[in-house]
Amino acid sequence: MRYSGFKVIKEALTGHKGWTPAWRDPEPQSHYDIIIIGGGGHGLATAHYLSKVYGEKRVAVLEKSWIGGGNVGRNTTIIRSNYLLDGNEPFYEMSLKLWEGLEQDLNYNAMVSQRGIMNLIHSDAQRDAFVRRGNAMILNGADAEYLDIDQIRTEYPFLNFNDARFPIKGGLAQRRGGTVRHDAVAWGFARSADSHGVDIIQNCEVQGFRVEGGVCKGVETSRGFIGAGKVGCAVAGNSGRLMSMAGMRLPMESHVLQAFVTEGLKPVLPGVITFGAGHFYVSQSDKGGLVFGGDIDGYNSYAQRGNLPVVEDVCEGGMAIMPMIGRARLLRMWGGIMDMSMDGSPIIDRTHIDGLYFNGGWCYGGFKATPASGNAFAHLLAKDEPHETATAYRFDRFRTGHMIDEKGMGNQPNLH
Amino acid sequence: MIINHPLLGPRDSAEFVYLGDAGLLDRPDPETASAEDWHAYAYLRDNPAGEHRELWWHEGGDRSWLVVTRNTVTHEISKVEIARDVARARGRSK
Repeated sequence: MRYSGFKVIKEALTGHKGWTPAWRDPEPQSHYDIIIIGGGGHGLATAHYLSKVYGEKRVAVLEKSWIGGGNVGRNTTIIRSNYLLDGNEPFYEMSLKLWEGLEQDLNYNAMVSQRGIMNLIHSDAQRDAFVRRGNAMILNGADAEYLDIDQIRTEYPFLNFNDARFPIKGGLAQRRGGTVRHDAVAWGFARSADSHGVDIIQNCEVQGFRVEGGVCKGVETSRGFIGAGKVGCAVAGNSGRLMSMAGMRLPMESHVLQAFVTEGLKPVLPGVITFGAGHFYVSQSDKGGLVFGGDIDGYNSYAQRGNLPVVEDVCEGGMAIMPMIGRARLLRMWGGIMDMSMDGSPIIDRTHIDGLYFNGGWCYGGFKATPASGNAFAHLLAKDEPHETATAYRFDRFRTGHMIDEKGMGNQPNLH
Repeated sequence: MIINHPLLGPRDSAEFVYLGDAGLLDRPDPETASAEDWHAYAYLRDNPAGEHRELWWHEGGDRSWLVVTRNTVTHEISKVEIARDVARARGRSK
């Protein structure tokens, strides 16, 4: 069924009796050409691009729970491509371009809103670093704009311009950045993949890999063995858990990141604002809630909930830069599990087992990457070679010294 | 989280800095270790869901290193040891 304004009006006039489920609920078949483990944003995006762009016909997505119940439903919905390094920026710019055409591609309203993102600058050194990053973005075809203090005062008059510790000196803006309705991303990719023949199998937990002679033949699941020509893993925070079933240790730790949303307010924020120096960022959802967050808690966790010291730290950051946030009441807070890699950048690569492929290490930046991650992983699975924008996302970069360390923090995942 | 420091008693975890898996105590011997050993030591982690032994540094306190045994699913802390004692028990000289 194709969605359209005409269809909405027709259904409204005929009692909404013509809507059908957005995807099927099939029984697993005994064998697929390609199995994707993980029905989150990245797994469903991979299935969409595999079936629509790369023409793969026998594809399944296995999800242990319901689709979209992990990090794609837990993030703060921001999209941007404001990276510095060559290994990253072309990839994230491809992602932003895919976001720009996503709703037409999926025939699904994902509420992609390019309301802009602005990173605050507080010192001369930070200005130098951000201008350099802006230039790197422009060199890679992205947009970047330096805002001086007068422009910031005009566009964001509610910020605290009198903070002695972190005086606002300027900002780096990316006007094409913004926010997306995150659940709709999962549902839109799922609906599109399903319409192109992908079996989306929920409540099907992978419990092991069947490896014979160094070749992955399929997966053992809670619903029995399912054979596969190739198996792709895209399970974010659970990457370490899953790949340990294949005998792998990953260059990653799982950490908890908390996020917060206030009660709904009238429009007060024009876009996304990041206050990196104070470990705080915020945007306003279309429902009106202020969606904000800060740093990861900083210790290994699979708990999907964090602790109070970080709550205090985030709220202090918010009060420091945007005092009006103190008038809003907090509605919800939650945690998601981040697969924090050793250099802060992801991996999309083969493993040492033939037929077993891995996509993970997205740290706290996986949401913006969803379409590009799906596209690049689909390319790898279909053609057995990396997508041209994802050639640096290799497992062996830690062995060969080709880390992609945007922050220059070294092998300390909780500092990225 | 409250870390029950062996010398100082219960302390707020916010006083501490987290380093990572306590396996970092077992640094390869530079005389015999291969490049592969160093790669595994520096970059690869077990990252378990469940019991995890990990290094915390009491930066806002007595600046001792601790080995904390904590469940990464529940955040429950079951054991706290002085890292020096753990290292000596594993045969390290200091």
